[in-house]
Amino acid sequence: MTMKHTLVALVEDKPGVLTRMASLFRRRGFNIESIVVGRSEVPHLSRMTIVISGPTTMVEQLRKQLDKIIDVVKVFDITAEDTVARELALIKVGATSSNRSEIIQIVDIFRANIVDVAPDSVTVEVTGDEEKIDSLLNLLRGFGIKEMTRTGRIAMARGGRRLPAAKQSSKAEGKGQKA
Amino acid sequence: MKMTGAQIICEGLVKEGVEVIFGFPGGAVLPLYDTLARYPQLRHILVRHEQGAAHAADSYARATGKVGVCIATSGPGATNLVTGIANAHLDSSPVVAITGQVARPFIGKDAFQEVDISGITLPITKHNYLVLDVGSLAKIVKEAFYLARTGRPGPILIDVPRDVFIEQTEFNYPSQVDLPGYKPTLQGHPAQIKKAAKLINEAQRPLIIGGRGIIISGAYAELKQLAETAQIPVITTLLGIGCFPESHILSFGMLGMHGMAYANMAVAAADVIIAIGMRFDDRATGKVSEFAPHASIIHIDIDPAEIGKNVPVVVPIVGDAKLVLNALNKLIISTEHIDWFQQLEGWRREHPSTAIRDCEGLLPQLVIRKIYEVTQGEAIIVTGVGQNQMWAAQHYCYDKPNSLISSGGLGTMGFELPAAIGAKVGCPDTTVWCIAGDGGFQMTIQELATIVQEKLAVKIAIINNAYLGMVRQWQELFYGRRYVATPLSSPDFVKIAEAYGIPGLRVRHKEEVVPAIEQAMAERGPFLIDFVVEPEENVYPMVVPGAALTEVLEAPKKEAKAVSDSAKLPVSNI
Ligand SMILES: Cc1ncc(C[n+]2csc(CCOP(=O)(O)OP(=O)(O)O)c2C)c(N)n1
Repeated sequence: MTMKHTLVALVEDKPGVLTRMASLFRRRGFNIESIVVGRSEVPHLSRMTIVISGPTTMVEQLRKQLDKIIDVVKVFDITAEDTVARELALIKVGATSSNRSEIIQIVDIFRANIVDVAPDSVTVEVTGDEEKIDSLLNLLRGFGIKEMTRTGRIAMARGGRRLPAAKQSSKAEGKGQKA
Repeated sequence: MKMTGAQIICEGLVKEGVEVIFGFPGGAVLPLYDTLARYPQLRHILVRHEQGAAHAADSYARATGKVGVCIATSGPGATNLVTGIANAHLDSSPVVAITGQVARPFIGKDAFQEVDISGITLPITKHNYLVLDVGSLAKIVKEAFYLARTGRPGPILIDVPRDVFIEQTEFNYPSQVDLPGYKPTLQGHPAQIKKAAKLINEAQRPLIIGGRGIIISGAYAELKQLAETAQIPVITTLLGIGCFPESHILSFGMLGMHGMAYANMAVAAADVIIAIGMRFDDRATGKVSEFAPHASIIHIDIDPAEIGKNVPVVVPIVGDAKLVLNALNKLIISTEHIDWFQQLEGWRREHPSTAIRDCEGLLPQLVIRKIYEVTQGEAIIVTGVGQNQMWAAQHYCYDKPNSLISSGGLGTMGFELPAAIGAKVGCPDTTVWCIAGDGGFQMTIQELATIVQEKLAVKIAIINNAYLGMVRQWQELFYGRRYVATPLSSPDFVKIAEAYGIPGLRVRHKEEVVPAIEQAMAERGPFLIDFVVEPEENVYPMVVPGAALTEVLEAPKKEAKAVSDSAKLPVSNI
């Protein structure tokens, strides 16, 4: 069944990790919708959120291939989990003195912020899930969108657990590795 | 104690039990070569092209089970390793490749002989390193060997800038590795093993497909126990050859494109398949959607990503073949499958895939058969790629693990000669025969000099059909016999050998085959035989590319008049 999957990867903060992952996506023909990288709560570990849509078997294959990269510590498919997912967008909208207040009204309804104003434009900052950002974009489109940038999804499971126990990488089951 | 980077590498190699290095020097690795002089316990073998160093290290690793090591300089030295590294990667061979790099201040400046070899080899190594700090070098060497040989083995590249070789630091070789992202699963999941046992115990037509994973994990005894207890026929992949004795009554040869017709038929008819340490490569499965239509597949592999990659699996078991089979065997009930066995025997009689037809001229199959008979199956056979490889797989009877060394996944012409060097260096007391194509041989022919310099008693059989044979066969069968770019002229191989200082013979007639092989065996050093064979002989059986395994092309009827059913049998006499 084809659907959007959210994968979370914890990776060692080493040069080349991103190249290794990007190379794998290309080489094995996986089409990624978004990938976001940043620090995690653990020093030396970065946290990535990867969004990919495709059949479950393909996404499972991607998860396993990612897991094989030595610098990738863990990969989770959190699609089935109850998660908080957010994305941030900056949208520069064409504005004139006559329609500026209409834009501000829309921005208020979406609990977004205006972060920059110029004689012929306003820049809107919005945070939320993809649908919220898509709907705001739709409403603003009529004013003329001059520029836009979206971060892509970051996600986290709800509740007190650190990371979902289900779908955990097989690496976690491994034995000790005294050489 | 303070040591230079080069010393740290040498110390690390000694601590990892390395005895042999295959390499070729150059500016960026000169400090390392200079240091090697102080480590006489590390035997360095100078190849004539870095590709040869990588193939030799790969083959040495396969023949001995140890990690193979190769060294090359920066730039062209490093890029020359690439084919060999890819070859080791696709066949899961443990190799550590050490390359020199330009000094750190020059990196990224397109300096003389600078190439981003860690970038280039990223998709063809299990892992690789660019060493930017001499302080991390000992840890990297330790990790490299650990990664190369554990889990699913593979090549690791360490790229060392010239100035890191020279820089000094306190030497502390770690006793343990710390790799949070690398913990191979070794023990199979007990619930899955139980499920597998139930399927096997209830099977009517069970079949084992053995792959190289069995050889890597050393699970021969466990495999034999499973097969014998439940009376399960065993077939193998090309690289799995030797995981189960081919002269065993339960052995039904190799599957796949040039596998035995009866082995492929067994796949199509089986109700339970136990696939162990193999990865359902397209050359083995044929049209994958029609692979094993009636079978529930149990797949045992150490690499979780291989499971479910190409074929759907009913019982996946991630783990080391030896440990999993050991646990599985405890749950297997002793049974018989007489009907199934008789069906297979019937197919083997009706489709004698390894029969050699009657022919005036010299048949390549006969050459392989006679090498088998003269060596009594005791040799290590190292092959090229193409027809020679398939005939070597079909017509020699392999009873021991690692008795066939062949480039499977990458199919690298030119592998044969340097790989024979690696095998001979690793197993000096075993006879090593290099079965070469006249095409592939010319790709790495310069390694004849390495053989002479290192006094290696490699025996070479060139299957000289004056064509790039396997490609010609495809042109004959699928491209209207238009032989474009496949007719091949060659030098006088016997004279070439002589020029290098290797005795040789040319054989054109079948009566001369055995005496020539015997002469080669009697010679203490290397020997070359140029077997001038029937030029347009084809490899059969053949599953047409893209077709199901059951759509087998067998030798055309006029050729099928078999002189003997030489279905693989143990040698009784020579
Ligand atoms: C490096 C490389 N180039 C091209 C090929 C494609 N190829 C596969 S088999 C073959 C013919 C090999 O000819 P030869 O070495 O004479 O062996 P034969 O098939 O005649 O036994 C070729 C060209 C290959 N496998 N490897």
